[in-house]
Amino acid sequence: MIELQQINRIFTVGDQQVHALDNVDLSIHPGEYLSIMGPSGSGKSTLLNIIGLLDRPTSGTYLLEQQNVTSMNDDTLAHTRRNKIGFVFQFFQLLPRLTALENVELPMVLEGVAPDERRKAATDTLTSMGLADRLHHRPDQLSGGQRQRVAIARATIMKPAVILADEPTGNLDRHSGKEVIELLEQLNKTNITLIIVTHDPEIGLRAARQIRMVDGKVMEDNNKT
Amino acid sequence: MRLIDTLQYAVSALFRHRIRTVLILLAMSIGVASIIILTSLGKGAQRYVQGEFASLGTNLVIVIPGRTETTGGAPTMFIGETPRDLTLDDAQALKYHYSVRRIAPLVVGQAAISYGGKERDVPILGSTSELLNIRHWSLAQGKFLPKGDIDRASSVCVIGIKVKRELFGPENALGEWVRIGDRRYRVIGVLASEGRSIGLDVQELAIIPAASAQALFNTPNVFRILVEAKNRESIPSVIEHVEQTIAERHQGERDVTVITQDAVLATFDRILGALTMTVGGIAAISLVVAGILIMNVMLVSVSQRTSEIGLLKALGSPKKQITVLFLTEAFLLSSLGAVIGVAIGQLASWLIGRAYPALPLGAPLWALISSVAVAIGTGLLFAALPARRAAGLDPVEALVHR
Repeated sequence: MIELQQINRIFTVGDQQVHALDNVDLSIHPGEYLSIMGPSGSGKSTLLNIIGLLDRPTSGTYLLEQQNVTSMNDDTLAHTRRNKIGFVFQFFQLLPRLTALENVELPMVLEGVAPDERRKAATDTLTSMGLADRLHHRPDQLSGGQRQRVAIARATIMKPAVILADEPTGNLDRHSGKEVIELLEQLNKTNITLIIVTHDPEIGLRAARQIRMVDGKVMEDNNKT
Repeated sequence: MRLIDTLQYAVSALFRHRIRTVLILLAMSIGVASIIILTSLGKGAQRYVQGEFASLGTNLVIVIPGRTETTGGAPTMFIGETPRDLTLDDAQALKYHYSVRRIAPLVVGQAAISYGGKERDVPILGSTSELLNIRHWSLAQGKFLPKGDIDRASSVCVIGIKVKRELFGPENALGEWVRIGDRRYRVIGVLASEGRSIGLDVQELAIIPAASAQALFNTPNVFRILVEAKNRESIPSVIEHVEQTIAERHQGERDVTVITQDAVLATFDRILGALTMTVGGIAAISLVVAGILIMNVMLVSVSQRTSEIGLLKALGSPKKQITVLFLTEAFLLSSLGAVIGVAIGQLASWLIGRAYPALPLGAPLWALISSVAVAIGTGLLFAALPARRAAGLDPVEALVHR
C-alpha cells in the first residue's frame, strides 16, 4: 500500500547539502505494524514526513494505494492527507482554545461534515478511548496521557488507512506511555497500518517489523518480504 | 469547510487573543468614527449655510444701484459711486412681469427710536407690505405694513421683539406712538422672527413704509430692490426683465447690478462640499493606518500560531482554506470595527448636535457606506499578505515551531 522507490531528500543548509534520505526503498502492506528507529539526524522523521505527505522527496517515486503522490498538487495532496493519514505528534498539537471534543472534530470540520454527524463520531471515538467524562475539557485541564489519547482520537476520526506516530510517548511518563502504545496497537488490530518513529528500543521492539535507519539509509529491516 | 464553521473558527481565534482583537477594533472604529464625525460636521456647515440663505427668502433677485464693470469677483455690495440711483418708481415698474411674484424696495438707515423717556439707536428699514412674505418673517402681534400705494408715507411702524421689550417691557406696544428721529409713528405690529439676515438682527429692527423712510432720511433713493421670482426656473427671465426695465427708465443705461442668492448659495455649496470631501479623505487615512495595524498584528499572529497552521496542514487543510481562515478573521475584525465606528460616530454627531443645536449635523449616507467599505477593504487588503504567508508555511517546519 505504501511504495517508496529510490526516495532522496536533500536539504540545503547554508551552502552545504545534507542528504537526509539516501535512495530509500520501502514497501509497506496494509495493516502492518512498523517501527522506525535510529539516532537523531538519521532521517527517520524526514521519512515519516514524506510518507505523511507533509514533505516532498527531492527525487524518487512514492505510490500510496497505487496512486503516484509525488506529482499531486497542493489541493489533492491535502485531501489525500485528510482522508488517508492520521498523525500523532510528540507534543500532541491540540489547539488550546478548543475542548477535547472540538479538537477531535477538527478534521471533520475541515472536511465540511455536518455538525450532528461529526459530534456523534467524535463523542463515540473519545468514549471508546475512555475519555467519555473529558469531552468538554480543554487540553490544559487534561493529563499528558489523556491529551495524547485525544490526539489519537483526532487521528482516527477520519478512518485513515495509516497512522503515523512521531515519538508518541516522548513527552509522557512510562505508565501513560504504555497506555498510549497499547491504544495504538489496538487500532492496528482493526487493520489500520501503524508506523511509529521512536528512539526508545523498548517501544520499537514491540513492532512486528522494525526498521533501523542510519545516515538517511535503511540499515536493517527484519521483514524483507 | 462550512461557512458557519469557518466563522466559528475565526471567532474562537479572536476570543483567544483578546487584547489584539480589542486593539484592532479600537483602531478601526476610531478611523470609521472620525470619517463620520468629520463629514457630518462638514455637512452640518453646508446645511447651516443653506438654512441661513433660505431665511433670506427664496428665488430672490437683488437689484443694487450702480454697476461694477469687472469680469470677475464679487460685486461691491456696500460701496461704489452710483451714476443714477434707484427710486420707488423703479421698484414699482419692476413689478409688471408675469414671472415676478413680489417686490420690496429697501431703504436703510439708522435712527433713534424712543418711547416714554427710553431711547435706543436701531437700524430702520423702509419697505412695503410684501417684505414680510419675501423674507419669510412672522409677526408676534398686530399687523405688518399696510398694502397700498408705494408712495404713501403713512406714520406706522413694525418693531422687532427686542426693541419692543426694551422700550415697552411687558406692557402692550400695539397702538402706542413712538418717536423715530423727529417723527412719530404708531406701532402696528411686533415681529416674532429671530435670527439674523446678513448683518441685520431682525429682533432689533424698526420697519416703516418706504416713503416714510425716504422722508425720514431725506433721500429720494432706494438702497436695494428685492424681486421674488415665481420659481427657480424663471430667475433668468426676471433678471433680463429687470435689466431691460431699468435701462428703459435710465436712458438706456443698464446701471444696476443684479445678483441672485442662488449663485451665492451655489458657491458656498461647492466650497463646503469640497471641504467635506477633504476632511473625509483625511479621516480615511486613519483607516489606512488601521489597516496597517491589522497587517502588523496579523503577521505577529501568524508567527505565534505557526504550529497551529502546521497542524491544520497535517490534518489536511489546503492552502486556500488557511488563506480563507485568516482573511475571515480580518473581515470579522474590520467589519465589527466599522460597525462600532459607525455607532460611535453617530453618537458623537448626536452629542455635538445637542451641544450646538444651530448646526444641523448628520453624516451623509455616502460617508456611512464608503467608510464601512473602506474599513473592510483595507482590512482584507492588509490581511492578504499575512494570510498568504500563513498558507505558504512549510508544514514540517511549522509543526516543529514551538
